[in-house]
Amino acid sequence: MEGMNNVSDETGTATKGAQVTEGKQWEPNIVAFLCRWCSYAGADLAGGSRIKYPPNVRIIRLPCSARIDPKLVWRALEQGADGVLVSGCHPGDCHYTSGNMYARRRMQMFYELLTFLGVEPGRIQMSWVSASEGQKWAQVVSSVTEDVRKLGPAKFV
Amino acid sequence: MARIGIFVCHCGTNIGATVDCERVAEEVAGLPGVVYSTAYKYMCSDPGQTLISKAIREHDLDRIVVAACSPSLHEPTYRAWLENEGLNPYMLEMANIREQCSWVHTDKEAATEKAIRLIDMARAKVAQAEPLHAMEIPVERRALIIGGGISGIQAAIDVGMAGYEAVIVEREPTIGGRMAQFDKTFPTLDCAACILTPKMVAVAQDKNVTIHTHAEVEEVSGYVGNFDVKIRLRARSVDADKCTGCGTCWQKCPTKVPSEFDQGLGPRKAIYIPFPQAVPRVPVIDREVCIHFRTGKCGICQKVCEQGAVDFEQEDIIIEEKFGAIIVATGFTNFDASAYGEYGGGKYENVITGLQFERMVNSSGPTDGHIVCPSDGREAKSVVFIQCVGSRDKSKGVAYCSRLCCMYTAKQALLFKEHVPDGEAYSFYMDIRAAGKGYEEFVRKAQEDYGVQYLRGRVSRVFEHDGQMVVRGADTLSGSQVEIKTDLVVLVTALIAREDAVDVARMLGIPYDQHHLFTEAHTKLAPVESVTRGIFLTGACQSPKDIPDTVATASAASAKTLALFNHDFITAEPLIACIEPSLCSGCMACSDSCPFGAIEESEWTDPSTRKKVKVARVVESVCHGCGNCVVTCRSGAPNIAGFSNEQIFEQVEVA
Repeated sequence: MEGMNNVSDETGTATKGAQVTEGKQWEPNIVAFLCRWCSYAGADLAGGSRIKYPPNVRIIRLPCSARIDPKLVWRALEQGADGVLVSGCHPGDCHYTSGNMYARRRMQMFYELLTFLGVEPGRIQMSWVSASEGQKWAQVVSSVTEDVRKLGPAKFV
Repeated sequence: MARIGIFVCHCGTNIGATVDCERVAEEVAGLPGVVYSTAYKYMCSDPGQTLISKAIREHDLDRIVVAACSPSLHEPTYRAWLENEGLNPYMLEMANIREQCSWVHTDKEAATEKAIRLIDMARAKVAQAEPLHAMEIPVERRALIIGGGISGIQAAIDVGMAGYEAVIVEREPTIGGRMAQFDKTFPTLDCAACILTPKMVAVAQDKNVTIHTHAEVEEVSGYVGNFDVKIRLRARSVDADKCTGCGTCWQKCPTKVPSEFDQGLGPRKAIYIPFPQAVPRVPVIDREVCIHFRTGKCGICQKVCEQGAVDFEQEDIIIEEKFGAIIVATGFTNFDASAYGEYGGGKYENVITGLQFERMVNSSGPTDGHIVCPSDGREAKSVVFIQCVGSRDKSKGVAYCSRLCCMYTAKQALLFKEHVPDGEAYSFYMDIRAAGKGYEEFVRKAQEDYGVQYLRGRVSRVFEHDGQMVVRGADTLSGSQVEIKTDLVVLVTALIAREDAVDVARMLGIPYDQHHLFTEAHTKLAPVESVTRGIFLTGACQSPKDIPDTVATASAASAKTLALFNHDFITAEPLIACIEPSLCSGCMACSDSCPFGAIEESEWTDPSTRKKVKVARVVESVCHGCGNCVVTCRSGAPNIAGFSNEQIFEQVEVA
């Protein structure tokens, strides 16, 4: 699977994942879509509190978990991510009142489609992290990283 | 073709000690669209700004990436600088390589690689950025203040003094809040009512301030500068315009129930004012206990009222008003000590709370200032205070320290010794927190001048024996177990969020933490602003605090409000949705899924057919920019500025 996670092209885009060929251990590459009001702020709080967690997650900031299009999740997997994490405000606390409810429903339906397509359960995960939950963010990242590590590199694309 | 400049900040050692910033700047220089890349120690400083300005001019940059702290801190800073240089402020993307990289990872190599990746993601996103122009929104220069305690009162006075309208909505029949229940205040021993009532009168007489008591805010919608609020004015059953506050009605009322103001230690009537200095001095009928409302009989109050002010038919009225800013001053409540069964709270009559002690020691309270045992009314000759009941206890209470209990315990113990010079006062404590001006000196005074005995240790049990309370605990400084026989036990309970704090937060759309305290925009630097623009937090609803801090935050929140009111227009972030009519099928699924009802039906003339078709259109002033419509639409017609499909898909490509 050496070629899988090494995506580099002539224009010099940074390579993704670790090169398995160079004797370095494979590290999961996880893309996280975070809502800016709760989860992103919670991740910032984890930073402010200097709580340590694995460096495998790359965060993309979005206004609301409702903005997370399943197509974005699919594109992430297509482009070499081994796992995807979607995180938003707790139910009832969405900054836009109900955006996270739409996100939850969409992701639920999308999981079923992905499972049908052969994506192992545990590669795509959803969490609710509020702006005051720095510790929880760190725990979520650690546990998702471990889950994806156990599943190994994503193979289906 | 984009010309991107990348600026990597060391942030001193905050980033620089973990991420190799110089190497990062070198590696990102070769990324697509990047024409300039550099690293600097403090990008947000003046020299940092000069560096960016110079680079923009010398390399003809049309957009930049700043890799530094979280955008929630400095995005506005860098946007302002871009504007200064004549660039559109939205041609900026920040890569968060501090809070979400250098501060949370220990592996320097991994952190550096991640920083490069995060910068590449920001670069990909900004490459697709389009210039945006901030919207101007008019401001309704009226402030809504939810809560009429000292916090809300101070905020109203400040707003009114600046010449703007303020409206206080208070749930109780009177303003005054918790402070009206206190006797003397630490450390000066000023009488609370004496310092509060002038403010209550001032705010009631202020021509810029409207006070609604016995009222509640029911619904809030809109956004900064333009909040639409529904307020329920609950029926007092008394016509405030006719009532003179003479008091005949409540004197003659035959129904007595425990007084909430006096914490159950004394009675009030069914028609009542909570305390003698109530503002407004207009009574309220408690319809749940009033004989007339329950059985149709009595009605004495109406008969004796010479002004004919009692109106049994009165109904709630709902008013709808517009406000530019909302100040949340909803206060706190006390932890229920019955969670600690071993302390006997709620079980023994002579085990009371701090607020109950306060009512007793107050000379206009239910016991005329005599400190008595509630069980039999005898004068108490001894009192034991148990501090930290509920505070600093992750398992049964709240993890935090309630900040002011050490001070009010010292005060109450001191007042007890003043009232009962030959009495004994003890306090079991864990630590003494006396950090304010004159506070440490005050606690020492209680110990040294008034002989209050402080025992460092926890209490294991409180029980009754032979007509007295017995308190068993530890005195760790002498290394012994102690047992104290006492007349009265005071449980110094934690200050916690009110039961309906979550409902209030959801109504306003503001976040709260695990203790249901409302979340401030930044713990250190923005303690009176909520995360939502235009909504400010004061007093204990944000975190427990004493009177000086409460008054300070009230004035701070008013200052923020007045800054908002000082302009004819304020600018709003243009990060909202818009719909491409040529792609829209007019199904209106987006409209159904919009949480704010910001999408309406509209007509569009298709240039290819010259026919009018139904399409969806975003109402810009209502759109909050969540992006739900973008995802709902099957045709891909909506897009959202600042987080457009083009931008985010590019960002995902390189993630």
